[in-house]
Amino acid sequence: MKRVYLDHNATTPLDPRVFEAMKPYLLETFANASSPHHYGRLAKQALEESRGIIAKFIGAKPEEIVFTSGGTESDNLALRGVAYHKGRRRGHIITSSIEHHAVLRTCSALEKDGFTVNYLPVDDQGRIDPDEVRRSIKKDTILISLMLANNETGVIEPVAEVGKIAREYGILFHCDAVQAVGKIVVNMKDLCTDLLSISSHKIYGPKGIGALFVKDGIELSPLITGGHHEKGLRAGTENVAAIVGFAYALKIAVDEIDSYRIKVSYLRDKLESQLLNKIDQVEIQSAKAERLSHTSCIGFASVEAESILLHLDLKGIAASSGSACTTGEPEPSSHVLVAMGVPPERAKGSIRISLGRENTEEEIDYTIDVLEDTIRQLRIISSQWETVEEKAL
Amino acid sequence: MSEEWKNLFKKPQESAPLHTGPILFYNNLVIDHFTNPRNIGELEDPDGEAVVGDPSCGDQMKVAIKIDNNRIIDIKFKSYGCPGAIATSSMITELAKGKTIEEARMLTDDDVIIALGGIPERKKHCSLLGVTTLLEAIKDYSKKQKALG
Repeated sequence: MKRVYLDHNATTPLDPRVFEAMKPYLLETFANASSPHHYGRLAKQALEESRGIIAKFIGAKPEEIVFTSGGTESDNLALRGVAYHKGRRRGHIITSSIEHHAVLRTCSALEKDGFTVNYLPVDDQGRIDPDEVRRSIKKDTILISLMLANNETGVIEPVAEVGKIAREYGILFHCDAVQAVGKIVVNMKDLCTDLLSISSHKIYGPKGIGALFVKDGIELSPLITGGHHEKGLRAGTENVAAIVGFAYALKIAVDEIDSYRIKVSYLRDKLESQLLNKIDQVEIQSAKAERLSHTSCIGFASVEAESILLHLDLKGIAASSGSACTTGEPEPSSHVLVAMGVPPERAKGSIRISLGRENTEEEIDYTIDVLEDTIRQLRIISSQWETVEEKAL
Repeated sequence: MSEEWKNLFKKPQESAPLHTGPILFYNNLVIDHFTNPRNIGELEDPDGEAVVGDPSCGDQMKVAIKIDNNRIIDIKFKSYGCPGAIATSSMITELAKGKTIEEARMLTDDDVIIALGGIPERKKHCSLLGVTTLLEAIKDYSKKQKALG
């Protein structure tokens, strides 16, 4: 069967070049990077070179990069690491209502522990208002956490502006850049962040590895204690092969960022304009906002996302709805679309298509045809469709 | 090099959203009722009809029935919702067709699930929508009958 993968915000395939780069570190340079012998020194060298590469590509210093198991752990380390620093038990945190669950659920866990959290609203395009951040600041605000780009809509948030506000008030600022890094230019110097989460598997690197940028001088309380790895911030033997893969994947993504953006934005724009053209009552979420060039969140009236996705899957097309983690939960509607004020029935009919560097125009043409067919079929059987049609008349 | 590891792990199965689908594991029959739902459409001059929404998930079903000699001789439906909602809607119409009013009233959500060979746990509530909507359509029929005297 023809198979088309359009779920790159969930994860990307491993780039074969990255796989090649990792192999020697799985087979030959296998040692524990903390070991003082020859083998260990080789592993340590690869580890530190990788750290240097990652630092360089995000405009940081090598000593500011802490390796973690991925984006979720980076978010947890940033939030809990700041909150619990020096035994703190109280404090106020500002975040947004459209963050990834790694941030939202960590915040709600902190609330249960006595911290207070403001979840800022977004406008109908999914953008937060930096002034709202300013207004929410309290005397005891210890941290602001905001994502750079949203995983469902692709909307790029005004992180640099919020960073300036945070700096003005001397409040620590964490940015979840998991979806953005490698797709737009991410530079610490412009963003004014103190902490920044990044992940490898969203940019064709291996899974299970990520990093937290921790600005020089910022102190955190570690989540995982043990050996002296990662300057005491993250104990556990480093996964050198994955770290090498991560570094190389980031290098490739940044080196090829221009051609990547030209390619995926061409495909995304074609997909969106054709769907708008061929299908009635289609809506591109956040169309008026600045978005990542590979993400499209598309709402169809009178049909339900899971039904669309199953039809697509039966035709070999892999897409998603909401955040991939939420598809197993009782409420299918996405917290991001709900926060944007998208009516529940529209949110329920929204799917996310996230393109990648390996997608072809032929695949997009196929997807357009299949979607057109699927929506027609589902509307024929939909008890809501005629009501919508009648309203339109 | 040894390829023994390949025997330790199941080979990914080509196909089958039923086993490897991104969303839920539906069986073949559920998929069939989802992709080719039976009794889709509307009836002219139905003897009973109903539209019921599931407030918990927003799904909706519309049923129209034709009764002759106390028996459901025709039934049509339309549904808005997830694959579970569509497949269970389709199955309840299949089960109800040809049954007497009394028999149709006895149909339960479990009958629908059993007839479909099972559905995922969190989709079980979907089957209730079909049962409720059918009951409402029968009630509508009875009301109309009374009105006629």
